This record gives sequence, structure tokens and C-alpha cells, in this order.
Amino acid sequence: MPVYVLRRLAQTLLVLFVTSALVFGGLYLVGDPVEILVNPQADQEERARTAAALGLDRPALEQYGIFLKGAFTGDLGKSFVFGRPALQVILERMPATLELAFLAMLMSLGLGIPLGLYAGLRPHGFAARTIMAGSILGFSLPTFWVGLLLIMVFAVQLGWLPSTGRGPTTELLGLQISILTWEGLRYALLPALNLALFKLSLIIRLTRAQVREQSLLDYMRFARAKGLPRRRVIGVHLLKNILIPLITVIGLELGSVIAFAVVTETIFAWPGMGKLVIDSIFQLDRPVVVAYLLVTVFMFILINLLVDLLYSLLDPRVRISEAKG
Amino acid sequence: MTALLQVEGLVTEYSGREGRLRAVDGVDFSLARGEVLGLVGESGSGKSVTGLSIMGLVDAPGRVAGGSVKFDGRELVGLAEEDLRRLRGKRIAMIFQDPMMTLNPVLSIETQMLETVLAHDAVPRAEARRRAIEALGLVGIASPEERLRQYPHQFSGGMRQRVVIAIALLHRPDVIIADEPTTALDVTVQGQILYEMQRLVRETGAALLWITHDLAVVAGLADRVAVMYAGRIVEQGSAAEVLDAPLHPYTRGLLDSVPAANAAGGRLRQIPGMTPSLAHLPPGCAFRERCGHADGACSSVPEITLRAARQVRCHHPL
Repeated sequence: MPVYVLRRLAQTLLVLFVTSALVFGGLYLVGDPVEILVNPQADQEERARTAAALGLDRPALEQYGIFLKGAFTGDLGKSFVFGRPALQVILERMPATLELAFLAMLMSLGLGIPLGLYAGLRPHGFAARTIMAGSILGFSLPTFWVGLLLIMVFAVQLGWLPSTGRGPTTELLGLQISILTWEGLRYALLPALNLALFKLSLIIRLTRAQVREQSLLDYMRFARAKGLPRRRVIGVHLLKNILIPLITVIGLELGSVIAFAVVTETIFAWPGMGKLVIDSIFQLDRPVVVAYLLVTVFMFILINLLVDLLYSLLDPRVRISEAKG
Repeated sequence: MTALLQVEGLVTEYSGREGRLRAVDGVDFSLARGEVLGLVGESGSGKSVTGLSIMGLVDAPGRVAGGSVKFDGRELVGLAEEDLRRLRGKRIAMIFQDPMMTLNPVLSIETQMLETVLAHDAVPRAEARRRAIEALGLVGIASPEERLRQYPHQFSGGMRQRVVIAIALLHRPDVIIADEPTTALDVTVQGQILYEMQRLVRETGAALLWITHDLAVVAGLADRVAVMYAGRIVEQGSAAEVLDAPLHPYTRGLLDSVPAANAAGGRLRQIPGMTPSLAHLPPGCAFRERCGHADGACSSVPEITLRAARQVRCHHPL
């Protein structure tokens, strides 16, 4: 197992390298940050001074070389806009995005699995049909529109929840977290719900499909023939089997929730990484964009690794084949 | 001999696009304590559904639509789910066809055996474990304590079926319903499992309902035989009589289809035509379109006629 983890981490380095090269090259082609950073009235000398200060006067390959050299020591460059290390700027915003993603995932799992189970076990009932129809809406309505609707109903008309910004934070293990207090949680509920809707629909549909498929298998019938209570047949025999495909999808989706919370964060003015990266792209703040993508790629890879490890916990057949390989 | 399991006029229907189909259409038989009854028929004859109906395990869109199943004097049709659950696995056990599919792939053998013990008896885990080990030993699994910790994929097909049988025997049930438990196994393993089952029912005194399409298996195992066709029992009697001198043309056809009964190198005899779909059953005797003896009388459903201890449902018994 340790060898396996090490090999996966080595692959990660390669992926990070390729990502950095692609993003660096792409942003270099898009435009000159100096044009945006200096006052339009500034003269040529002023521009040259700014370019030299940011290291933008050197050839592209040399700039990339300097970046790589720094990257190996953990320095991803200074933000052109903030004048502080890019990684630091991103990590400051990360807890906000992570807590939003966490809350959204919790909502979609906490609601999605029970609803999916119900719809799968009573597929022809009225409630099940309603759940399935609802999940189609959750799939197909655009996130930004649902976000606006949520604000209109819950913030403007009912006035139950705040519509923008992040609530007061408390410190936990050195991170600034807002969802631990009720006041902070109130701010997070609407954006998290908005973010959760698509995943929720996905999990409902996937769970239902799995339940329908697995219920027909003989092991389910045998579990009942053994005289097990229904609770155990569904809660242990069925659930443990449907969790395996669910985990894969949840892993992939967790990555995308973190990486693409952009739309939700923009609508709810949530000060997370997604909003930061949009701003940085507009300002051609290359170090921040590159650092953001590297962090995101790293997170994706880490989550996938965790999913694979989780598999082997859930499925004894995977455990064996891995020991051999 | 009083009947332990008495099935009368059992009807199981499936409702679907083609209307209501009767998979089991008025089945009668009884099973005495310690007796082995072979329920024989082709695929789709309703023999498996009969087994599931007795257990109360018919899933929607199917349902037991009529008749009675009496177990030890107690009516099972319409019994509350919780009361049925207490009987299942405890007094009536069931074994399925494919051992690869019957055991849950993600749970250890220990989990799957212990939960069966604990579902019916409030005993400490250590006692449940002891019983599980004993049951594994009973069905001839070597080093049961080690095997208990393993998962189904670490067992061969024959070994898995032994585990399934061990689970079925955990509570020393009065009746075991075995739905083609040897069909998915190698021929050599089939022989071993058959031998074990025979030994176990004799030792534990359980009655056995052995559902199969394989007449050779029935010949060696069963005391009595019931032959099913299109949801009805067409012939029933002692194994020796039914297999040596069948009264129903369908039974005759089945016996003739066994390769061993044919001369070597000769063309295999078969029953002409195919098992009819339940949606398109001919009116009258369901077998008449494939039967060499059929005539005008066969357009009405034949009643069961008694010949000594034998029953046959045919207008022109052989």
C-alpha cells in the first residue's frame, strides 16, 4: 500500500508540471499584465520600470524557468495585484470555498441517498415520481438562475436568510471557519444549497438506479430468505453495495464543487477561491491564476487517491487485487 | 403421516403489459416431515415461483393471488410480514441456484452467518460464532474458523454453495426449499453437493423441496416427484413410479430427452415445439400443441385424476 501511494504521488508531480506549463504559456499569449497594472497615462519609462519589477521584461522561457525554480522551493511567485505571495493569497481564500463545498456535499448526500433509496424501493409511488421529476429540474435549471431565485424567495421575500457575503468566522486549527456558529451558518445556507442542487439530483438518480438494479440480485433475496429484518437487508446488504459506485461519483463531484464554485460564489459574493480566480483572470494576475490551478489540480488528484483508498475499504475484492499488484 | 407443508390451489400472478399472467396456476402438493419431494419442470414452468410463493418472497409486480400454504398447521398466505420473517431462515430455509450471486460480495462469511443466527435468536456473538463454525464443519468445509473471516470471492463455486447450505442449516429448519442448487456447478461438484444434501437432510430430519429440471438428480434423491408444466402440476407420485412408468405424455417426453436414455450416436429425442409463453397459452391442456396424443377432448383443461397413490392431469394418460 505505501508503494502504491508513493507511485500515485509521483504521478501527481508530472501532472502538476504539465498543468503549470500549459497555463503559463496560455496566459503569456493572452496579453500583457503591465497594460492593466499601470496607470493608462503612465509614460514608457514607468511601464518599463513596472515590467522590470515584476520580471516581465525577460524572455518567456526565462520567466517560466524562474517560476519553476521557485516552485520547487514552494514559492509560486508574487501576485502582481496584491504584491504578496500568490499561494498565500489563495490559501487565505481556501477555507471559505472548502466550507461551502463541504456543506453542499453534506446536503446532497444527506438528502440524496435517503431520497434515492426511497424512490428506488417504491418506484411506482406518487412520492417517488415527484422526487424523480424534481431531480430532473435540479439537473437542468442553470445554477445562476436557481441562485437568483433562492435569493429572491428566501432573502428578499421571506427575509429568512442573508443573501450575500460570509458570516463571522471562528478559528479552528488555524483556519477561519464560519459555519460553526449559527450566525455564520445562516450566511452559508443559501450558497451551499445552490451549489448542492445539481449534485443532489445526481446522487438521487444514481442511488435510485443502483437500488433498482441491486434489488433484483439474488443476494438480496437470500438476505430476506434468511429472515433478516428489512432494516438490515436495506441498511447493510443493499447500502454497502450501492456505496461503491456512489463513492466514485461523489469523489469526482467533490473536486468539481471545489473548483467550479465560481458561479455560486459570484452570485452570493462569497469570498472564496472561485471569485478570486475570476478577478485574477480579468487582471491577468498570472501568478495567482497559475497557483490556483496548481492547487486545484492537486486537490483533484488527492481526492481521487482518497476515493481509491476508500474503495479498498468498502470492497474486499479490490483489497485482494491491490495486494497482488 | 401428517403433512408438514400443505400447498393447496396456490395461484401466483404477475401483472404486466400483457395483462395478468398466472405463473403458478392451482398447485397442490404436500410435504411430510423428513420427506424429499422433487419439483421438476422446464424453465418458465413456474417451479421457482412456487418456491418463492411458499416463502412469501414474490416481488411486485407478482403476488400470491389465491390458494393456501399451510406450514405446521399455520396458514402462511396473508400472514403478516414480521411473522413470515420469523419463519424464514428459522423453520423454512431456502437455497438458490447460483452461489456466485447468493452471497453478498462485500460482506464477510462471518457477518453473513452471524446475522442469520442473531436475526432469530438473542444469543451472545461468541455463541453465534460457535454455531456458525459448527455449521461450516457440518457441510464439510475444512478449517472453518479461518474460512469464516474470508469473503465470498475467496471461495470456489462448490465451496460457496456449501456455505449457503451451512447458512440454511444454521437453525436446523423443518423445511429446506432448494431451487436448483446444483445447476450452476461442475458435474463433479454437483455430485458432492447432492451427496451432502442427502446426508444432511437425513441427519437433521429436515423435509426437502428440491426444485430442478434435472431428472437424473431427482431419480437419486427424491422420495416423490411432482412434474410442473406451464404453472400446473401435471403428474405427481412416488419417484420410482413416475420415472419408470410416467402417465403424462410430458413426463414421458422429459424422460426421453435425457441423453443417457438414447442409443449412443443416435439422434437425441426431444419434445417438439417450445415451452409456451404464459401470455399465449393455448386454451385447454397447455401441453396439447406439443403432444402426440392430443385430440378434441384436450381443448378443455383436464382435471386431476387419481390412480392409486398417483395423480395425473391428462385426458389420455399413457
